[in-house]
Amino acid sequence: MLRATLKSLLARKLRLVLSGLAVVLGVMFVSGAFVLTDTLGRSFDQVFSTAYSQTDVGVAAKPKVDVDEFEGEEAAAPFPTSTVDKVAAVPGVAKATGFVSTDGARLIGDNGKAVTSFGPPQLGESWNPDDGLTELREGRGPTADNEIAINVTLADAAKVAVGDKVGVLTREPRQDFTIVGIFGYSGDRDSLGGVQQVEFTPPVAQKLMLGETGVWNGITVKAASGVSHDQLRDDIAAQLGDGYEVKTGQQLADEASGALKQGLSFFNNILLGFAGVALFVGIFLILNTFSIIVAQRTRELALMRAVGASRKQMIGSVLIEAVVIGLVASVLGLGAGVGVGALLAFVFGSVGGGLEMASVGVPAAAVISSFAVGLLVTVVAAVLPALRASRIPPVAAMQDVATPDRPLTKITVAGAVVGAAGGALLALGLSGNAGDSTLWTILGGVLVTFIGVALLTPLVSKPVVSLLGRIFSWSVPGKLGRLNSGRNPRRTAITAAALMVGIALVTGVTVLLGSAKSSITKLAEDTINADLVISGAQSGPRPPSFDPVVLDEVKAIPGVRAATGTYGDLGEVNGDREYLTAVSDIAALKDVYRAEPSAGDIGTIGPDQMLVDSKTASDMGLSVGSRLTVQLSRGDAQTYTLSGIYKESDLYGGFVLPVQATKDFAIPQPTQGYIQLDPGTTASQVEPQVDRLLADSPEVSVADRSKFIEQQTSGFDQILTMIQILLALAILIAVLGIVNTLALSVLERTRELGLLRAIGLRRAQTMRMITVEAVVISMFGAILGIVVGTGLGAAVVRALKDDGITELVLPWSQMGLAVVLAAIVGVVAAILPAIRAARLNVLGAIAHE
Amino acid sequence: MTTTVARDTHVAARATDVWKVYGTGEAQVVALRGVSAEFERGRFTAIMGPSGSGKSTLMHCLAGLDSVTRGQVAIGDTVVTGLGDSGLTKLRRDKVGFIFQQFNLLPTLSAMENILLPLSIAGRKPDKAWFDTVIATVGLGDRLGHRPSQLSGGQQQRVACARALVARPEVVFADEPTGNLDSRSGAEVLAFLRRSVREYGQTIVMVTHDPVAASYADRVVFLADGSIVSELFEPTPESVLDTMKRLDVLSGEAGV
Ligand SMILES: Nc1ncnc2c1ncn2[C@@H]1O[C@H](COP(=O)(O)OP(=O)(O)O)[C@@H](O)[C@H]1O
Ligand SMILES: [Mg+2]
Repeated sequence: MLRATLKSLLARKLRLVLSGLAVVLGVMFVSGAFVLTDTLGRSFDQVFSTAYSQTDVGVAAKPKVDVDEFEGEEAAAPFPTSTVDKVAAVPGVAKATGFVSTDGARLIGDNGKAVTSFGPPQLGESWNPDDGLTELREGRGPTADNEIAINVTLADAAKVAVGDKVGVLTREPRQDFTIVGIFGYSGDRDSLGGVQQVEFTPPVAQKLMLGETGVWNGITVKAASGVSHDQLRDDIAAQLGDGYEVKTGQQLADEASGALKQGLSFFNNILLGFAGVALFVGIFLILNTFSIIVAQRTRELALMRAVGASRKQMIGSVLIEAVVIGLVASVLGLGAGVGVGALLAFVFGSVGGGLEMASVGVPAAAVISSFAVGLLVTVVAAVLPALRASRIPPVAAMQDVATPDRPLTKITVAGAVVGAAGGALLALGLSGNAGDSTLWTILGGVLVTFIGVALLTPLVSKPVVSLLGRIFSWSVPGKLGRLNSGRNPRRTAITAAALMVGIALVTGVTVLLGSAKSSITKLAEDTINADLVISGAQSGPRPPSFDPVVLDEVKAIPGVRAATGTYGDLGEVNGDREYLTAVSDIAALKDVYRAEPSAGDIGTIGPDQMLVDSKTASDMGLSVGSRLTVQLSRGDAQTYTLSGIYKESDLYGGFVLPVQATKDFAIPQPTQGYIQLDPGTTASQVEPQVDRLLADSPEVSVADRSKFIEQQTSGFDQILTMIQILLALAILIAVLGIVNTLALSVLERTRELGLLRAIGLRRAQTMRMITVEAVVISMFGAILGIVVGTGLGAAVVRALKDDGITELVLPWSQMGLAVVLAAIVGVVAAILPAIRAARLNVLGAIAHE
Repeated sequence: MTTTVARDTHVAARATDVWKVYGTGEAQVVALRGVSAEFERGRFTAIMGPSGSGKSTLMHCLAGLDSVTRGQVAIGDTVVTGLGDSGLTKLRRDKVGFIFQQFNLLPTLSAMENILLPLSIAGRKPDKAWFDTVIATVGLGDRLGHRPSQLSGGQQQRVACARALVARPEVVFADEPTGNLDSRSGAEVLAFLRRSVREYGQTIVMVTHDPVAASYADRVVFLADGSIVSELFEPTPESVLDTMKRLDVLSGEAGV
């Protein structure tokens, strides 16, 4: 039995390759995700163990506000030199060195633009040539206040050399320095994970990076020989008391690497999500392949039953095929995944600024999950066909029966039930009553809905396919193609359903993002009352900022009525973490945002007063006169009195502080500026002048209102493109499905094709017939996908109505494009099967059974 | 000599010294050994012979479904030998009709659509009078709208005959058209074929191993071991049977 199974398996290599390919792609994503995470993770480990190799124990002050990886960066907490002396006095300390090292030193490169970084920090530091790690490659260290040394990574990124005069942006606006040295690291390293470093003399570093001289934000401790690092850490911690974090170098390296790995797991989940989509679509493909194979082998299988094979053996024989395909596909997918993972890790590393890669690793998790997923998917997909095979009666061997059309009642009822269940799950998830599992409920709802729709598809396929087919019925081959595509509704349905999934997801996401974008645009247009806006595109965790002096200079331009800047910080209000805003000119901002007061005065704000919006006020039970304790990124907590409440706005945050508070912001510079003009002055008159004023703040630029809104929403388009590219994979798998179904149908209809050729159908006509069949199926899938996707997208949009997505935008042109693309896909998918059909030997097809 | 004969207008199909060899070396089978034959226009010719004698092979070669190893085949004034695929397709579309033993109709089309298929493929309109005649001769009446699966074997085969005739091809080739039918349905199909020859001048070449079927023809050509061994005009079942017995004896003696 096993032998017979394996033999018939080998005889049908091509079909199995096609159906296995879907699993290969899915498994590739799964294993690729694991390999990527593992390789990058170990690369991070390496980088940080090097970075902390010279640190036995590290000391830092506790941050004023704890900040999560995804919320932004933690502000450094400065401490005085006396703390360094205290640590140096602890027994067992050989040497304690205070240092300045924080993110936010942006060098202005030779193109006049600030050098950006996608991830690794841009450190501004106090020069310390004796740290055992730094090695000068060229020049010397900074000795004067207007001198800096930079690392090789930064010199390469900025295209600058020793002797160049460059500007550097820090907490302070642009200041100019001469580069006197370029350095790398011991052990011939040029890069440390893509970090950019600017080294100042210590007082300059203190002033620019920490905001005051005479303070540090870290201490490196060298232990005396024979002193245990753990012991020393505990001794120092005991000496310093609360308010300081004391860790061994090993701990620091692990933590730093761990934080980055956590960021990676997000990326990992996205990859796994797409693997899920690919595999889900793959199930349709495999199910169809096995069903067709079983149908074609009805006689053969019946013969086996007639000569004594049991039902169990029949099921077993189909499932063994599935297991073999699953195994082979898993092996191939794993191999491809290692390649893809390594490639992605490489791309990731080089985009991130030159992370030195650890060797590519294949973790056990990658292997195990590859095989588990590959096998599971194939076997699950083969269960139904296996059951069908076992139900073939032995007499079928003696009869020449074409399997009669089974009625669609059962499958339709099942589809209605499953579809309703999916809709209910979806409704539950979207209603917001599902609590923590909202996301899973929605995803589950989508999945179940897809299955329900797939089950309903055979019923729908009859009228839709025959309608679609009429477009092609003017020619005989077209008519035959149409009839063929309506011939086996189940087969057509599953093939089309596979395409439906990909297209539905793309359509749904497009509806959702398009609606969100349009809603935000509308809101911004209704709300923002500024003629010009200063802002910049954010690339790392740190938003671009500009010199506040620019705002005063802008105000002086004739025709400018008002100019105000907004600052942002992540702080704590009464102990809860909140985003806080500060404004340089509160009256102007009120006008810019057309804010309406609901209590108190919102047109002025004193140095110890603050404003909140009506929603925050009611959530926190505040009224004018309430007192709030605010802890900002730096400095001590301060009490503010609520002086006004403005009506809730979706664009504008909940807490507004006076501009005086910004000295304790992590970024003490405005991140956005709004300019209002006198009547009669046009934006284009003022824009170039503002542009000139921003010459020393290269991270931001000025744009008129509509351009600004466009910039702000351009992120949606990028996300959409990315999702579309990844979902294209699901569509590719569906195309494989069409190729496969057609190829099998051609094989199945060999005699029929022979007959047609014998009575005069030309090769080109034969190909056209197959092509029409493919086009009809794929257009059917596309239309189905568009309908389902629009439904899903619209449901989500409706559910988010209260969250600000008020517009429903249907991407008509994209839908049209999808149908046209589907037609092209059909043509492409038909190429191979059509050639095969046209090459058919007429005699061979009709003369022999 | 071949050139002069080729111009003979009363010949619908001709084989000249046709050899057909399958396979090579050990597995070589010589299916036809220098067969020369002419099939007259407006005649019903049967090709008879025991199983494996090369009947189907000869028919396939004549119809351009298979290539010949040596020799030449012509349909009307078209030399079939050496035609490419498009030439062969055109030949099949315009000059030749086929009836097979089984699987003759497209399951997705109705009987009527099946009959009209060759014409629609060629993009031609049916000759109304002829079409009505053919439809009347098939005698399916109101069942013309049915799918093949809803018709009996005999009805299906009559539809296939009508399809072969409707385009008025030069020759209709039929390979054991009654092989799968009971004798009554078979008789209906054969009567239909004979009528189309007698009344409408159609040329038919039919392969069969059934003496009764052969007796419907005007002429019977006997094949044995890849060669034409005998010929009979105005056959009856008895005369066909006699000839076959005689040939059996002959080949038996030859074998001794
Ligand atoms: N495709 C083929 N390959 C090899 N041998 C063949 C092939 N077709 C027919 N033959 C052989 O040629 C001979 C004649 O076959 P055929 O014309 O089918 O005989 P008939 O129709 O008279 O029964 C037989 O010996 C048969 O085995
Ligand atoms: Mg034969």
